[in-house]
Amino acid sequence: MREVKTESRLERLLARGEFVVTAEIGPPRHANAEIIRHHAHMLKDYVDATNITDCQTAVVRLSSIASAIHILNCGVEPIVQMTCRDRNRIAIQSDLLGAYSLGVRNLLCLSGDHQKFGSEPTAKNVYDIDSIQLIYLMRRMRDQKLFFSGEPIKEHEPRFFIGAVANPFADPFEFRVARLEKKVEAGAEFIQTQCIYDMERFERFMEMVRERGIHERAYILAGVTPLKSWRAAKYLQTSVSGMIVPDEIVERLKKAEDPKKEGIEICIEQIKHIRNIPGVHGVHIMAIAWEEVVPEIVQRAGLYPRPKVEG
Amino acid sequence: MIVAQQKNIKDIAEMVADAQKVLLAGCAGCVTVCLAGGEKETEVLAAALRIMRKLQGNPLETVTYVATRQCDPEYIEAMDGLVKDVDAVISLACGVGVQYLAERFKDKWVVPALDTKFVGGAVKHGVWEERCGLCGDCVLHRTGGICPIIRCSKSILNGPCGGSQNGKCEISKDVDCAWQLIYDRMKALGKLDKLMEIQMPKDWSKARDGGPRRAIREDVIIG
Repeated sequence: MREVKTESRLERLLARGEFVVTAEIGPPRHANAEIIRHHAHMLKDYVDATNITDCQTAVVRLSSIASAIHILNCGVEPIVQMTCRDRNRIAIQSDLLGAYSLGVRNLLCLSGDHQKFGSEPTAKNVYDIDSIQLIYLMRRMRDQKLFFSGEPIKEHEPRFFIGAVANPFADPFEFRVARLEKKVEAGAEFIQTQCIYDMERFERFMEMVRERGIHERAYILAGVTPLKSWRAAKYLQTSVSGMIVPDEIVERLKKAEDPKKEGIEICIEQIKHIRNIPGVHGVHIMAIAWEEVVPEIVQRAGLYPRPKVEG
Repeated sequence: MIVAQQKNIKDIAEMVADAQKVLLAGCAGCVTVCLAGGEKETEVLAAALRIMRKLQGNPLETVTYVATRQCDPEYIEAMDGLVKDVDAVISLACGVGVQYLAERFKDKWVVPALDTKFVGGAVKHGVWEERCGLCGDCVLHRTGGICPIIRCSKSILNGPCGGSQNGKCEISKDVDCAWQLIYDRMKALGKLDKLMEIQMPKDWSKARDGGPRRAIREDVIIG
């Protein structure tokens, strides 16, 4: 059992060696939370925590922190995503103090997609700090009770379980593990990866992770995304930077009588495979705009029921 | 150098629609080198504006002048005589030049003919690229001589982000990933271990975020 430093349920499950399951909810492009609550109720018994994206792909959506409170009220533990794209260090700290005060205990730090392809391409991009600096500063805020400026926080410092992302499919490949290690050195305690389709490359990545002993210093959750159609696969393959989708997956979906069913099958196979890779501590299911499929995937991948956390 | 590009001529004409006589002021500095506001461009723009206005039945008279630099008071004083007789001044300098003219010729309508784009250089004939973000606190000694502040779309100091693929940035296949360039160069120099050091947040108060900046050299101040 590893040491537990926060009130996060996710951290407690990981610390006691459970293979965890996280999912993702993308907030809507309007001001009504019904769909968030609907997804939360659906996911509740099938996942240990759920990410709430922060205006993913730079498209304006209901806020990550507000969404997190909606799902918290439904009994689902949120992982708030915080990007460096839209807020300077004043706004980031303020929002995260607020998030903690509302009961959020998990934080995922990201750079964020550039706004160029989002819904506000003429916006100013902020990038006051980068994701590694955000990890470092939030960890220091928790463990040394300091604001980013170095001023002391007299009391009630936010005590987040701090996560980061890793993309084994971006370049330069040989530096990807080094950069992951840099994130862990900066203070990241759990890692969620980009969605994995190229299993061979992910296995090589994990081999390098084990060589450096990174899996002993941070929990690694492998990302998967079920695909609805061969066109979706092709789109990821050709139009999304930092993604590798092997042709055989595109072909398999093309040939399938029921592509959605096939997409679910592929995802379940991936999870079963990933579960046997040493150093992987859980799976992160990003069913983008297809949240309702998560319970079936969790169940059929043999990850149901989810373990209970006392207290 | 400062790299600028000429605005749409219709927009320039619109800015001086009320004038009967204008001075077009070029600059022999950076904008001459980047082919935006030198002698040739000044004459061409003057001719184009005259033709446009003639076709509209509202002829425009133009005079032209090219200053050695518009960002130095001593070189714009020479324009005093010319400015006196015109209704407006069109500056083909960067934003600095336009402001210096506006400051000196207080009762004149001074307008910009160029959009000032960035600080950079030519990469081949006719193509210029941005190289410096003017952040006021150079980090090039830590990044192999490649600036992540301005050449990384996210100004990341601990890159590359997850959007780097095949050496290109997530925003465009035409944009190099600055961090791939940094990685390649540091690797070639045998200094990859330097990239493992966590770069701390930048002091943006030294950039424009700290308010308008001023550089002072006490030893050369006269009077």
